Amino acid sequence: MATATTTTLARAPTFLDEVIAATPGDPHLELCLQCGTCGGSCPSGPDMDHTPRHLFALIAAGMKDEVLRSNTPWYCVSCYYCMARCPQEIHITDLMYTLKRMAIQEGLYRESSAAEAPEFSETFIDLVENYGRSFELGLATRHYLRHHPLDVVKMAPMALDLLRKGRMDLTPRRIKKIDQLKAILAKARELGGAA
Amino acid sequence: MKYGYYPGCSLERNAIAYHKSAMAVAAPLEIEFVEVEDWNCCGATEYITVDLLGAHALVGRNLALAAQQPDNGHQLVAPCSACFLNLSKTDRYMLDSPELAEKVNAALAAGGLHYTPGSVRVRHLLDVIVNDVGYDAVAEKVTRPLQGLRVAPYYGCLIVRPGYQGVFDDPEYPTSLDKLMRTLGAKVVDFPLKTHCCGGHMTQISQSTAFELIRRLLKNAADYDADVIVTLCPMCQLNLDAYQDAVNRHFKTDYHIPILYFTQLMGLAFGIPPKELGIGKEFVDARPALAKVGAEAPAPEAPRRKRRPKEALPMPRMPEEE
Ligand code: SF4
Ligand code: SF4
Ligand code: SF4
Ligand code: SF4
Repeated sequence: MATATTTTLARAPTFLDEVIAATPGDPHLELCLQCGTCGGSCPSGPDMDHTPRHLFALIAAGMKDEVLRSNTPWYCVSCYYCMARCPQEIHITDLMYTLKRMAIQEGLYRESSAAEAPEFSETFIDLVENYGRSFELGLATRHYLRHHPLDVVKMAPMALDLLRKGRMDLTPRRIKKIDQLKAILAKARELGGAA
Repeated sequence: MKYGYYPGCSLERNAIAYHKSAMAVAAPLEIEFVEVEDWNCCGATEYITVDLLGAHALVGRNLALAAQQPDNGHQLVAPCSACFLNLSKTDRYMLDSPELAEKVNAALAAGGLHYTPGSVRVRHLLDVIVNDVGYDAVAEKVTRPLQGLRVAPYYGCLIVRPGYQGVFDDPEYPTSLDKLMRTLGAKVVDFPLKTHCCGGHMTQISQSTAFELIRRLLKNAADYDADVIVTLCPMCQLNLDAYQDAVNRHFKTDYHIPILYFTQLMGLAFGIPPKELGIGKEFVDARPALAKVGAEAPAPEAPRRKRRPKEALPMPRMPEEE
């Protein structure tokens, strides 16, 4: 994956190099000052195993397993506050996505406290691949009922209301040229990796 | 003025009210939206979580289709904040990284498509209304000013941050929606959390985290006596509206703040009948608030009734499971 950087590095790529290479554009992660502005801005901070700042320190220290087991990327709600405020213009939100992808590839998310999050993402994309349109609420309802069967009574009225108001489909919709989309996505998978 | 239009999946169903009201106000403002033919989902925040190149190729197909539209002025308008972000992000990273652009185009070629980064300008609906149409032209159409309606303007995150194609308003304290609401005659209340996040898909991952984010927003609007929170994103609307009841139960609070789209309030001020603006699709009844401005809103569709024990849960299904 990290072909672009391996040619320019005399040493073996560190975890920091790997993370940077797997993120589009230039995320500037090596410039982190550990100032903590990101953690202070983060709405999910209190529920995260590590603040973004702490996570970046662990990356710099090469602590791959600990980083990829952290629930931090999964609790990132993509609000881009940190990115708008970081004095070094580090692409923090993009890096969170990179870490999620790495955690899935390495299977380590299973050990984090957000172990069901990737399943939601994966079901979502399966659906988009097969239909071309998402089925956000239907999917959310399915996901929810599967993981929180005891809460069904609490959340079912909302699903019913969404249906009655015509705000939720019971089955996903399909685009016309689904074959074209599938060919594009298959090719993307074949080319794989980051750019 | 003619623009390409990318509704996104939410506007087909969940946020049908946003779509209807956007179309209803576009006509008097002489905006024509041409929907991108056979567009696909933008992948929300989920596709990029699993597959980076796939995520950009997915969005790339939409950009390529928009670029082929004959007369959209090379502009593509998205009403959903997440769609707006994803479309502008892919265009921006394809511009920044020729290597990414090459790979995305190699994938698109498998479907006979190509996209030249920078050839379509992605805009959010609010940006088009305030900057292209302008406040004056909006003011001219106001026949029923929203006098006395106290509005909390909610921007959420993605239309002001991070600005992959430049920003049209301040990332921390934007004011364009405030000004638009004032143009309609509404009273805009202070809303310090106006750009704080509603949690997006967090309701699926950790309800306690998500509910806390939603609670803060509701409390902030209630603290300033807002009659209504006005939004510009289907996900924000869903989180604040459909989950309001669950949030109340979770925190033993009692908020009843209707959540409407800015286009719905524009439509009301233009004298368009509420029904044509999708009013009544919301969970939290908007009638008491709208009565303040003399708008007779239809009763919310399908009033809540007790679920009969026998009634089956609506389990959404995939056709192949049948
Ligand atoms: S705000 Fe930027 S520089 Fe400061 S700790 Fe976070 S990532 Fe590092
Ligand atoms: S983008 Fe993610 S990490 Fe950054 S402040 Fe928002 S939730 Fe926290
Ligand atoms: S972000 Fe949501 S609304 Fe927009 S296209 Fe994707 S799934 Fe549909
Ligand atoms: S507040 Fe939530 S739904 Fe709204 S734009 Fe931000 S992340 Fe998206």
